Order: sequence, then structure tokens, then C-alpha cells
Amino acid sequence: MTRWFDLIADRKVIVCCGTGGVGKTTTAASIAVTAAQAGRNAVVMTIDPAKRLADALGVNGLGNTPQIVDGPWPGTLAAVMLDTGETFDDVVRRNARDAAHAERVINNRFYRNVAGTLSGTQDYMAVEKLAELTESNQWDLVVVDTPPTRDALTFLDAPRVLSRLLDNPIYKLVTSNRGGVFQIANRAAQTIVSQLGRVVGASVVDDAVTFFQSFEGMEQGFRDRALATSALLTQDATSFVLVASPRADTLDEARYFCEQLTSNDLSPDAIVINRTLPRPGVDATRAATLQHQLNQTSLESASIALSDLIRLSTDDRQRVQELAALAPEALLLTVPLLASDIHDVPGLIDFASRVCEPAAD
Amino acid sequence: MFGAQAQGYDEAVVIDEADHDDQRGRVSLRSITPDDALTEWLNSHGFGRLVTRLSSVGILDVIATATPGIRDLLVLGRIKALEQEGVADLIVVDAPAAGHAVGFLRSPVGVRDAARSGVLNRQANEILELMGDPKRCQVVLVTIAEETPINELIETSFAIEDELGVRLGPVVVNALLDELDGLSPTSPSDLPPAADGLEPADLDALRLAATFRHERQQLQASQLTRLEAQLPLDQLHLPMVFSPVIGTTERELLAQHLNQQITERVANDPEDHQGTTP
Repeated sequence: MTRWFDLIADRKVIVCCGTGGVGKTTTAASIAVTAAQAGRNAVVMTIDPAKRLADALGVNGLGNTPQIVDGPWPGTLAAVMLDTGETFDDVVRRNARDAAHAERVINNRFYRNVAGTLSGTQDYMAVEKLAELTESNQWDLVVVDTPPTRDALTFLDAPRVLSRLLDNPIYKLVTSNRGGVFQIANRAAQTIVSQLGRVVGASVVDDAVTFFQSFEGMEQGFRDRALATSALLTQDATSFVLVASPRADTLDEARYFCEQLTSNDLSPDAIVINRTLPRPGVDATRAATLQHQLNQTSLESASIALSDLIRLSTDDRQRVQELAALAPEALLLTVPLLASDIHDVPGLIDFASRVCEPAAD
Repeated sequence: MFGAQAQGYDEAVVIDEADHDDQRGRVSLRSITPDDALTEWLNSHGFGRLVTRLSSVGILDVIATATPGIRDLLVLGRIKALEQEGVADLIVVDAPAAGHAVGFLRSPVGVRDAARSGVLNRQANEILELMGDPKRCQVVLVTIAEETPINELIETSFAIEDELGVRLGPVVVNALLDELDGLSPTSPSDLPPAADGLEPADLDALRLAATFRHERQQLQASQLTRLEAQLPLDQLHLPMVFSPVIGTTERELLAQHLNQQITERVANDPEDHQGTTP
């Protein structure tokens, strides 16, 4: 366990990634709790709209600025729930020429769609918020609970989302023209824009053109920022923790995540496998004998429960081994399946104390 | 699950029992991706040349950004087209998970409001018409008997019915453990007569399994009661399958459980289930 505590005591950023429904939010919060217990100033950021972090921390609601969570630790624990739109507006304001320029962009309907629904925007703003928290120098450790996505690359690649949109030919065609808001001199661009209008409606195209034109002058700031935030994710002081469960469907997802990290020259420093089942000290053959022997006795139900548990926990153990093989260098940790969900700080402290290295076979 | 290779955009028949006397069903699979659906849709609406241009200059992202929800709408649009073509008696859609399901189903409303004219607007309205007609479309929510999944199911169900006006069918609760009697945590440690001749390791294992199962059964029962109290929808229950993979045997077992419960419901109340039999 020393490696685990060293990791939490040493890193500046820990990114928890993994698919949904595996306890990622709880794991991220428990890492921050362990850091606070070690005397660090830790902040945990979630992107989860289901408000699971607030629920796990037993607080009523979380916002876009860190909220301190009291607990029996020498350090500090705070939590943030990302507000994608608000964070994006802040970025626009920082990059705009003046307040009027910023408001023009922010009030544009196409921009509101970009801020709210552009694929990858949530990840993009998560990285932006991560950079903001890191730069504030207020926190020793920022723990990130990433959105439940199948694709780790959307997070790693997130800072480049807007750059890609700005590299789009339509943006260049529209902004290279100086003739006026809706006058697009280039004939090819006119044709495309008018055809697009037939598909999506003319008002949508007008909004997009206005957005691209009013965005002019801001793109360099966005591009520079994208480079800086990308660097933050690949620095040595950043660790990736893969959170998984021993269910068959999450194993495939975890495998995919590991491949994605590897293709970016990254690897998880730890794999946390939640919801592992208890392992009875007898094997399936003995359990079958017992079930036969205890048939029609007062222990019949217990013997059936034992056979069932062995079948489930054997599959479980097999998958833990397969997960471990995905990243042999990573620290492998398990957390047992708990009887209930976590709704308060004592529950989180209990969860953090149950993180352990799996018993050897 | 069907022993088939990964399915693609085109239909692939995985079960064909047309030759059997007693069963004459057929099941086919297909996977619908937004990009394929968009290309197909643009082609079928006379925008073939635009497809070539869009692909060459890569501005699909701009359309997707300009019209939030368009990717989900395209998938729903393809499903609507399949329904209208009458390709099957029943189309079952494996929709996105809880956090994304409402966004997926809400997409036609978003697109209708964003694209206030044009063919996309018409497309969105046609999908809303399909979704709002309970004879043509119903949503079946699936969960497991645990706290967070049940909470998310309840939130999702109200969002779907109240906001979108889509009729909800029964709720399916999956992976339920059989209720075993006589598992109070103390019983194995009371060492009843049956415990004679058992090794200490056997007793420890029985105690561990009984305690664990008892705890899970209690949790399961309390969550089912809570679901029933908070969501006035019929529940269909599926057992835990003790197998690392769902193959033909497991799939048929689960289908039998569903069939049996639905048949019972229909027999008990044929009026209420008119038009909703499988």
C-alpha cells in the first residue's frame, strides 16, 4: 500500500478515468480524502451531472468554485462540480478584446450550442478548470473525476476541440471576407452555406456565420491555452488512475482505456477495481459436496449461497487478473462490494480505508 | 450474445427459425452510427452532392455544432425510417445508458427548436410523432436492484414521461438473486445438527456466504420496495445469470422469464395490454 500512499502524497494531479457505474466518483473523492488525511490541500472536481459527488460527500450542492468539506483531517478537502457553460464563458472573457466583444460571442446562439453540446466540450472545459485550479497554487493535489466516456482520448485531446473547429474551412472562408456580417464573397463558400441552410434552416447558418466572424481575434489565445493545458496532462506530476469493476462489460472498456493511454505514451499508475466479491475459503468442488450433504437440512440455503458466491467470485477473480495484465507496471488495488452507497464523509473515510492490494492466490 | 461477429450498419440475420414448424421468428441485428445515418439521410433527401462537399471540406462538425442533438436525431431518424419501411414486427433499440438516455430522446425537441425550418425540422417533427404514439413506441427502462441505479431510473422515468410525453412500458429489474430462506446471519454460527462432520473451513465459508447473501437479499428487497413505492410502473424481474458470458442458453433463459411474466400480465388484464404484447 506504500506505493498508493506515496502516489497520493506526491502527485499534483490525479485523473480518474473509466467507464460509468464503476464507482469512479467515489474513488476520486476517496483519493482526495486520503490526501487530506495526509495533510495535503486537495480538491476533487467532478463533471458528473448526476450530482454523485455532492451525494457521496453529504453536501447539498456543489458549484463551479471549490467548496470546503469539513472532516477529521489535518489537510483540506474541497470539491467542485464543473459548470461547462460558466467555465467556457470565463475563457471567452479572458480572450476577448473587451467586454463588448465577449458579450457578443457569449450571446450568440451558435456559441451557446458550442458551449453546451459540441462533442468534447465538457472534457475541454474539465481540462480548462483543471488548469485553473492548478494555476491558483491553492491546492497541493487536484483529483479529476472524468466524464463517463468510452474514449479516454476525448479527455486527452480535449484542449484541441475548439482549435479543430477553428481550423475548419468554413471558418476560414467566413472570416477571410471583410464585406460585412452576412456577405460571403467566396462563391464556393456561398454555395455550401446556402445548401447547409436548406438542411438545417437559414437561421442556424446565420448564427454560425455571426459566431465565426465575432470569434475572430480570439483564436490565438485559445490555441496557446490548448497547448499549455495539454502539457499539464502529460507532465510527470500527473497520474492516471483507471477505475474499473470486475463486471464483464467494464473489462472490455478498461482494456480500451489502457490502449488509448498507451497510444498517447501514457499509462495508468494504478488500477482500482471496485465492488469485488468476498472469497470463501473452499473451492467449487467442496462447495458442491457441501450442497449435496446439506440438502434438506437447516444449512441448505447457506450451502446454495456458498455455491452461488463461488461461481460469482471465481469469475470476479479471473477478471481482476485480466485487468492486472492490462498494465503490469500499474499498482493493482481492490475495494470490496459494500452493502450500501456512500452518503457522507464517514462513509468515504471507510471506503478509503478499504482500498487494498488483492490477496495472492 | 447472439454468437455473431460485431454487427455493422447493415442488417444481419442472427436467428432464423422460419424452417421450424412451431417457431417462425427471425431476429436480425444492426448497429446505427450517426455518421452513416447522416450520409444515408442526406443522400435520400437529395443532398448527395452536398455529402461529397461536406466530406471533402470536413464541415460535418459545424452542422453538428449548429444543431445540438443532431447526432442522436440521426439515429432516431434511421429507426423511424426502419419502422415506416416495416422491416420488422418489433424494433428493439438498445439506447444509451441512464445519464445519456434523456438527452438521446430529447434530441428531436432540441433540433426542432434550433432548426426552425428546413428538412431537419420536418424530420424532428416526424420522430416526435412516432415517439408520442404509445401504439408505435414505448420506452422500457432497465435497472438492477441497487441504490444509485434505482435513483437514476426514477429520475430518468419522470424526465421521459413528463418532459417528452413518451409512454413508459414496464420496468425490467435485472440480475436478481433468488430469495433463499433461513439465511439470518446467526443461523450458520448456531451450528445446527447438520453441521456435524463439517470442517472449520467449511463452516467459515458457509457463514461468509450466508452473511453476504443475506445482506444482498435485504438490500435487493428494500430497493425493489422503494422502486415500487416511488415509480408506479409494472416491474418485470430477471434472475442473476451465473455465467461469465451471456450465450444462447442464458439468452433463452432470460427470454423465457420475460415471456412468462408478460403472458401472465396479458392473461390477467388483456384490456390494459392491448397493442403492447411482444
